[in-house]
Amino acid sequence: MESGSLTADPTTRPARATKISIRHLVKRFGPLRAIDDVSLDIAEGSFFMIVGPSGCGKTTLLRILGGLESVTSGEVEIAKPARGRPQYSMVFQGESIFPWMTVWDNAAYGLRMRRAPKQEIQDSVSTWLERTGLSKYAHLYPHQLSGGMRQRVSIARAFANNPEVLLMDEPFSALDEQNKTILQQELLRIWEGDKKTVVFITHSVDEAVTLGDKIMVMTASPGRMKTIIDVPLDRPRNVLELRTDPRYGEIVYSIWGQLKDEVERARR
Amino acid sequence: MCAWRVGSMSAAGLTAKDATAEPDIGETRRLRARRRDRIISIASPIGLVLAWEAAAQLHFIDTRFFPAPSAIFAVLFRMAASGELSENVLISLQRLALGFLLGGIPALVIGIVMGISRPLRALVDPLISATYPIPKSSILPLILLIFGLGEASKIVMVAIGVFYPIAINATAGVLQISPVYLDVGKSFKASRWDTFRTIALPGALPFIMTGVKLGAGLALILIAVAEMVGAKSGIGFMIWSAWETFAVAKMYVGLFVIAIIGFVLSLLLNELERWVIRWKAEA
Repeated sequence: MESGSLTADPTTRPARATKISIRHLVKRFGPLRAIDDVSLDIAEGSFFMIVGPSGCGKTTLLRILGGLESVTSGEVEIAKPARGRPQYSMVFQGESIFPWMTVWDNAAYGLRMRRAPKQEIQDSVSTWLERTGLSKYAHLYPHQLSGGMRQRVSIARAFANNPEVLLMDEPFSALDEQNKTILQQELLRIWEGDKKTVVFITHSVDEAVTLGDKIMVMTASPGRMKTIIDVPLDRPRNVLELRTDPRYGEIVYSIWGQLKDEVERARR
Repeated sequence: MCAWRVGSMSAAGLTAKDATAEPDIGETRRLRARRRDRIISIASPIGLVLAWEAAAQLHFIDTRFFPAPSAIFAVLFRMAASGELSENVLISLQRLALGFLLGGIPALVIGIVMGISRPLRALVDPLISATYPIPKSSILPLILLIFGLGEASKIVMVAIGVFYPIAINATAGVLQISPVYLDVGKSFKASRWDTFRTIALPGALPFIMTGVKLGAGLALILIAVAEMVGAKSGIGFMIWSAWETFAVAKMYVGLFVIAIIGFVLSLLLNELERWVIRWKAEA
């Protein structure tokens, strides 16, 4: 990988190339400015977190990246994916797996929609159900699963599609504390495996510091970029042990400092 | 070979039984309640027939108007033996089936597409709302005028009856699908056809099944009416010709047969519904 960046071979990109580039992004809903002039670059393979008070437009930003929302002005670019791989997959907030499909069919959805070869679907789905601990439940319907398991199906669906970028919209916000901690750890473990570029939206500062390499703090409405904070904590991380690290507390504290004004401003 | 298979099967049955018996009592209680409900739903019409027979035998009711079920059955068996019954039943069933397909399939497609496409909904919805309240039986003369006295007019009547409840329920079914599922489809680049096939249709199916069941009831009414007026065959014709010759028992045979058809149809549709929406949590 290191030496690959020195050659001119176009198939091997430099290690930390820009994967997502956002320039002067503005999004209005009628008179409301949801996102106001956001510019940022997200490096390939990084775990990028976006935090902000509710209503700051962070979900809108992710939906724009995911092609579910148009831009009012500005540019959003995600690097072209390699052949046979999709550009991105999204993990949605709350219940988003299809109740009328089995766990297996849900996990295979993205692959089937892009008409992946049968063998690839078979391999990828069984691999990801295995990694998310769902192999035993492949033939069950979502209503037979717990909330935490359903959210794992949603993650398996996104990962099995083998995208270059993962867009995650508060995927754990509806879960209880224990499930959230377990799934955070699982997500990190899975991510360590193939280091996809992740853009992860959350309203939780703890979650942002636990998972992220970089954290973008957004201002309250209209959503602007307030600051970007690096998280120099070592990987692989242990979600629980991390909390005893003094640096963890410092980062959480400094982000809260940034957020406090915004939360108060949003309440006014 | 045979003995070995029997042995292995009973062993498998045992382990399966153990697995289901153990986990929770709520499950078995629910199963038992469901079986009880089914038995009741089969027993109630039988009870009615028995009470009627008793009332007729004891002359509590005027047998000129209400002949005893046993007398009706005697006529039924005679008609069954002569082939008169099966001929009329089969032609009615054929009309019902063809009418169901002719009305149901377009209703399904139009209903779902109306649910997906706002402009199409704006276009078609007023037409459906305006024509829906017209009693379908009152269109019969017009249908006879257009399609003549042959098979086509009967089939079209059934189709019209089936169309509305299925189309209306399919639209409602698509509209109640959580928008997040459509977002999921969009974000995984589902084509229009894929969206229809994998999201709109299965998501709307519980509603569509309600429409199908309503449609089946309407279809039965309409086929009987249509066959009374302009037909030389079918159950409706059978009932009407019995009235014309004052063959009261024969009339009851017709009513009985149509009731059985309705009953069996609703049993079949309930089973179909159970299978089609097996992914739904039990209420």
